[in-house]
Amino acid sequence: MMVPMAATPSGPQPSWGDAAVGTDLAGLLRASALGDENAFAQLYDAVSARIYGLVLRVVRDPAQSQEVAQEALLDIWRTSARFDPARGSAVSWMLTIAHRKAVDRVRSAQASTDREDSYGSRNQERTYDETAETVERRLDAQRVRKALDSLTETQRSAVELAYLGGYTHTEVASLLGVPLGTAKTRIRDGLIRLRDSMGVQS
Amino acid sequence: MSADIHGLVGAYAVDAIDEQERSKFELHLAECPECQAEVATLREAANQLSLMTETTPPASMRSAVLAGIKTVRPLPPLEAQSGGPVASGPVGGSSSTADAPHRGGSNVVQLRSRRRVTAWLASAAAAAVLLVGGLAWSPWDNSSNGPGSRGPVSATEQVLEAKDAQRYEKVIGGAKATIVRSASLGKAVIIADHMPAAPEGKDFQLWLDQPNRGMVSAGVMPHGSADTVTVLLDGDAATATGAGITMEPAGGSPAPTTEPIALFSFS
Repeated sequence: MMVPMAATPSGPQPSWGDAAVGTDLAGLLRASALGDENAFAQLYDAVSARIYGLVLRVVRDPAQSQEVAQEALLDIWRTSARFDPARGSAVSWMLTIAHRKAVDRVRSAQASTDREDSYGSRNQERTYDETAETVERRLDAQRVRKALDSLTETQRSAVELAYLGGYTHTEVASLLGVPLGTAKTRIRDGLIRLRDSMGVQS
Repeated sequence: MSADIHGLVGAYAVDAIDEQERSKFELHLAECPECQAEVATLREAANQLSLMTETTPPASMRSAVLAGIKTVRPLPPLEAQSGGPVASGPVGGSSSTADAPHRGGSNVVQLRSRRRVTAWLASAAAAAVLLVGGLAWSPWDNSSNGPGSRGPVSATEQVLEAKDAQRYEKVIGGAKATIVRSASLGKAVIIADHMPAAPEGKDFQLWLDQPNRGMVSAGVMPHGSADTVTVLLDGDAATATGAGITMEPAGGSPAPTTEPIALFSFS
């Protein structure tokens, strides 16, 4: 009788989502929802490096990143009962919350500072060196890199600027010097290719 | 809508859109199962990129977070009563958002055409023969639909057209907010006319006043401005004794933090 939401899509199969971490994150979230602080501590140990690393990549400033990551983790605790495994993996749910917060932070900071100036090859190289050191031997990261390599150069730049850079598609268009409207297509096509080459099923 | 708005699905999945586009897209998302599925899988894929940026946080963060959760009560699951709207994926917006994942998601329906609004207002005016103190009351039955038989109607339309629909109006500056409530359906809808967009970083949040529980969040108004915005309130409107609107940090709050902009009494 209600809104068309009844036709809930079956979420993506997290075939590798949580497996990458090797912990029952969904179970820990359920326990957290019941107030189990120990479960949340385990959850923290399993995902904090991914959450903090992602926030740091977007926000750049370590002190601010820690603040944003903490807020995200508290939100995850607070809203843990609202995680719906039918709609995706637990790790993706948590990272989505963290990513949104990181993006909100840089966008509000952007009002006063022109971030484009500080964004450039200098920063990009630094970040890649850093990540190469941190996760060099991780198979997961290698697989993600490989998947990224399957994107065209422009798709890859668009996806990285949008997701890791925290830019809007309009900003991505002007950073890449492509027409408005083209960037959003590249972001989408790039994500679809990334998804398909990593084997996310819908 | 459609082709154009549908094309934002990738940008939406990675938060690469501004607030206006976000609200526009979320209105579309609520009615497009294909986009919902695509958003979910694209997010899943994008979030894998974080495997390349893993960085151990400072040790102080762990103690801060674990101390922090002691002071925060986990929220209950979202109610999914009587097949009502269930919020979709997470959003985790600015401040305390995740309360309303996909805020404005499933329960937001923009009236399909100006004509329908006009038609509805006209029939509401007719019903206003029985209007007492801003309350239109048609004491017939619960049988749902009005004149003519159309295909399936949305929850919002059912409320607007319910025989027992009651109507409460408030003028807020140059805007007008009308709450239509159907006790038999247990649902209420707000129609906001000429409501300005909330300031940057803020949202208008809706509340239902529930006996013994006080103001319970009924969702957040879509952020953006349209002449007429219609939102189905979350929660049981049959038990509620009133409703309210407050301005809250973007994404909404667990409980009102500001003085209400408008209060409605259902008595």
